[in-house]
Amino acid sequence: MNPELADLEELYQEVILDHSRRPRNFGELADAAVRVHGDNPACGDEIHLAVKFNGDGGLQEIKFTGHGCAISQASASLMTTKLKGKSRDEVEEMLRAFHDLVTSGNNDAPKKLGDLLVMRGVRKFPQRVKCAMLPWRAVEQALRQSEGEATVSTEEPEFA
Amino acid sequence: MHKEAISRVDWSALREDFPILRERVNDHPLIYFDNAASSQKPSAVLNVVRSYYEHENANVHRGLHALSARATEHYEKSRQRVADFIGATSADEIVFTRGTTESINLVAQAWGGRFLHAGDVILLTEMEHHSNLVPWQLLSERIGAQLRFVPVHDDGTLALEKLSSLLTPEVKMFAFTHVSNSLGTINPVVDLCQKARAVGTVTLVDAAQSIGHMPLNVQELGCDFLAFSGHKMCAPTGIGVLYARSEILKSIPPWHGGGEMITSVTLEKSSFKQPPHRFEAGTPNIAGAIGLAAAIDYIEGIGRAQIFQHDVDFATYALKRMAEVPGLRVLGTAQERGGVISFVMDAAHPHDLTTFADRYGLALRGGHHCNQPLMRRFGVTGTSRASFYFYNTREEIDRTIDILQKAVGFFK
Repeated sequence: MNPELADLEELYQEVILDHSRRPRNFGELADAAVRVHGDNPACGDEIHLAVKFNGDGGLQEIKFTGHGCAISQASASLMTTKLKGKSRDEVEEMLRAFHDLVTSGNNDAPKKLGDLLVMRGVRKFPQRVKCAMLPWRAVEQALRQSEGEATVSTEEPEFA
Repeated sequence: MHKEAISRVDWSALREDFPILRERVNDHPLIYFDNAASSQKPSAVLNVVRSYYEHENANVHRGLHALSARATEHYEKSRQRVADFIGATSADEIVFTRGTTESINLVAQAWGGRFLHAGDVILLTEMEHHSNLVPWQLLSERIGAQLRFVPVHDDGTLALEKLSSLLTPEVKMFAFTHVSNSLGTINPVVDLCQKARAVGTVTLVDAAQSIGHMPLNVQELGCDFLAFSGHKMCAPTGIGVLYARSEILKSIPPWHGGGEMITSVTLEKSSFKQPPHRFEAGTPNIAGAIGLAAAIDYIEGIGRAQIFQHDVDFATYALKRMAEVPGLRVLGTAQERGGVISFVMDAAHPHDLTTFADRYGLALRGGHHCNQPLMRRFGVTGTSRASFYFYNTREEIDRTIDILQKAVGFFK
């Protein structure tokens, strides 16, 4: 296989393309406790995340809408399938592990990342890390608040 | 254009003048199609800059020693070279800046700050680069002026039929781009300037995309201000030009304060030089200005009419070949267009396509191109953009089509 194809095939694995074409947990969540709007102003990618917590503060329901590149949309879809039903601590641990995976490509990434390991190819494309992290930034914000709406951005907070 | 003259240019030989075009990217020969963002630099320019630092480098206008005299002479000769290049009446109408963006900010802040007032209207177009939009937003917020916009048709041309209702006497400034950096549309500058002058409106032309690509003369255009960057026309980054008609430039108060722009300074107050030096506080980009003059020599050696014809032929060929790619849609189909093509593909988001193309050595731009309102106008968040210059070849277009076809298969 050509070297350029090897990197591209690793980045755009069939699972990722499949999730970007047919995103899971895509849609509205009528009785959401928190809604977070994540955007990447550099490229216009948007993820609108809606979550519902269970009694222990874990993620009972998580859905998203939005549009953008294959990496951001697949990352959101994969993330929601993985995080649904997880406790707060588990989500935070996974957030750290996922960040390591797409930035350093840490091959010792916890086995518990499971399906999310398909996102490992992003590490060879530093300009695409923000795309992969966008939904995770949104879920991170969702955990910080128990209700209401928020906006997160891949860029620094703006001066207005 | 002049067919015989054009056929005399040996375009492939010109590629040899650009060392960077021999680069390989991801083990493929580089195809550089991001010229609307920045052009590459020929050896002629690189050598002049190097020679300046090796034989002339010193600060300008203040040393009595030999090197300072050489640097000053070369710097001011470069100003004259720019004036001749764009048809200015005198070198005093040429202010060196960091680029188009700084040139427009100078006009908005120094000219606009002095002459515009609450209730005045600044007329722009929907296709402006952020650099010809944000400075006017900042100014209008500060002084209470209004912004107004000429809409853009679906084909990427300006809605000129609306101009008479937009260009009212309250409009004190009409600032617009010569060539759209996203759509490639060439705007009818002469006509726009004429209509503006008829109602007493001052005009600013953003020539960032046109200056290195076609014949351009400020007397023929009839504009009051013209802004451009060196780096899109074979010169180094960090050097640009603001042209202003002499009587307007003389009326503008100082902008940045500092050395070089004063005649005398006391602890309490200062008096200022005449333009253009009034607007060049601090040590200027001397090597950049000299490099810009060398780039002008280089471009005129080829011929701007020839370069323009190459752009047009190239865009025509590229559009024809791109029509073969399934699910590819071009934004902006104006008849009058330069070598800039924006497109979207059903198969892939612009960022995915850019990443894919880069692995094959193809440099495209993906995103909003500093044109967010225009992208919104066309209902997209971004596009892929291929932009050409005279050193690009048809073979590069053919390889690009192959890469786009591969992408269709890959992302299917």
